[in-house]
Amino acid sequence: MTTTRIPVLAARGLVKTFGRVVGLDGVDVDVYAGEVLAVIGDNGAGKSTLIKCLTGALVPDAGTITADGAEVAFRRPQDARDAGIETVYQTLAVAPALDVASNLYLGREERRPGILGSVFRMLDTPGMRSRAEKAVRDLGIDTIQNITQPVESLSGGQRQAVAVARAAAFGSRIVVLDEPTAALGVKESNQVLALIERLRENGLGVILVSHNMPHVWQVANRIHIQRLGRSAGVITPSSHTMAEGVAIMTGAAAA
Amino acid sequence: MLGLTTDEPGGAAAELERRRRAPAQRAQHLLHSHPALSPAIILLLTCVAFTLLNDRFAAPAALSLLIQQTAIVAALAIGQTLIILTAGIDLSVGAIAVGSSMLAAMLAAEQGVPAPIALVIGVAAGLAAGGLNGLLVTRVGLPPFIVTLGTLSVFTAVVLIYTGGQSVPGADLPDLLSWTGTTFPIGDFRLTYGVVIVALMYVVVGWALSRTAWGRHVYAVGDDSDAARLAGIRVNRVLFSVYAVAGLIYGLAAWVLIGRAGAASPNAIADANLESITAVVIGGTSLFGGRGGILGTLLGALIVQSFAVGLSLAGVDDQYRLLAVGVLVIAAVSVDQWIRRVRA
Repeated sequence: MTTTRIPVLAARGLVKTFGRVVGLDGVDVDVYAGEVLAVIGDNGAGKSTLIKCLTGALVPDAGTITADGAEVAFRRPQDARDAGIETVYQTLAVAPALDVASNLYLGREERRPGILGSVFRMLDTPGMRSRAEKAVRDLGIDTIQNITQPVESLSGGQRQAVAVARAAAFGSRIVVLDEPTAALGVKESNQVLALIERLRENGLGVILVSHNMPHVWQVANRIHIQRLGRSAGVITPSSHTMAEGVAIMTGAAAA
Repeated sequence: MLGLTTDEPGGAAAELERRRRAPAQRAQHLLHSHPALSPAIILLLTCVAFTLLNDRFAAPAALSLLIQQTAIVAALAIGQTLIILTAGIDLSVGAIAVGSSMLAAMLAAEQGVPAPIALVIGVAAGLAAGGLNGLLVTRVGLPPFIVTLGTLSVFTAVVLIYTGGQSVPGADLPDLLSWTGTTFPIGDFRLTYGVVIVALMYVVVGWALSRTAWGRHVYAVGDDSDAARLAGIRVNRVLFSVYAVAGLIYGLAAWVLIGRAGAASPNAIADANLESITAVVIGGTSLFGGRGGILGTLLGALIVQSFAVGLSLAGVDDQYRLLAVGVLVIAAVSVDQWIRRVRA
């Protein structure tokens, strides 16, 4: 945990417009290490736009983003990834026919040391498999028994676990999860929520975008409410009830 | 799903379902993890059957011929496999290979360009033609089918205009260009240097596909290009490289083609497009991308050619070869669909 309370990721005055449509209208957000910040809001409130700006999928028109106090400019997702920010997309972004280990290392494969790697470009498949196995074990994901099985043979919750494991294995600052429980049943949702808590225990900052209020109130430390492209306030599960949160989200009440 | 989740078996119904589905599941997983398995079995059965019909099929002479005849389609089908793995298709295969062979042959025979330089220019033309396909697919964003349908006509026309429809006879060709047709003995077998070149191409591309990050990205792009992009893979760069590498492969295949034919003709390998796609499909590579490999393609090409050699040795009309190949193609795609269905 940080003692100085410098946010691991912070944004000030983010603006993003799409033609005449205003996606973000000057939004501030702070995420600290070892906390789960939930982002809630109605459809069109700017949740996705905010997340995309924080993960490099969109470039904001105005505003600044800082990582551990230093200003950063994300022009593409790879930039955010290089800064230790990993995203679990709603579509999961896994290649179904590839196995679990290949998916964990997709886009950042590691090569064999020496001439096999440098000249013959040979992948370090055994190394990646064992490290993938360790990453999965460290997260306590016991539902994935075989790291060499193709992802398409997994259930929805297991696929989600693969995507979360990938983010956790490479994210050194922040893991962003976009609607991670939307497609899951009760049991699988609970497994993913347990994973989120484990990421927090490991000292990562977690941004959780969700429509599911019980899930948000269950795991979030703080809740950022988006409304009409602006921040309508930041609350905590103890300061406000779910109903009060929803009231702020819909504009029926002020924060 | 079964045997892979941690969910407890539900009860009698689940148990019955498990028992009923287990063999199919196992077969599906076997075929999934070894896509070359079904073409290997088919090739084995084909060879056994033709040997029973006429034992000359298994003689070194016939097998040597089989391998030599397979070489060109097998070479072209490597490039076709790469493109189909990315969920694309290449209809300009034959046109590029013929173009490369005619360019090298005309430069050497009529412009007096030294043979090695003519050969390099010919192969480079294949690379450039493949690169053009790649640019049109990635930059202009056209579907591969349309791009290569267009370049098929364009390349064919350019070659006919450039050559005036005339062949370059073998007597005019420098030794280097027809070197690929030179045979050498291995025991009772007679192979050509062209066969060795094709074998080397299989080794190199096979390595690249299975052992390098590039290979894994080719599969990922074909499997789900959106997922690949979000995972940080530069999808367009991968796609472009696949089309360019395919063009290079066609250029090298053109060299093998000159040696095999003993001359360079603008009307050679008219069926190359369909034959290369047939080899890929029978070889178990999915037309939907992301699934398959070049070992299967090699087996697929051998299956098609073994039908040609075996049926002619058995004294059967060549039309039956077409019939058998047609049935095989449909069967192969059915198996692919089945693999995709059972997993769900």
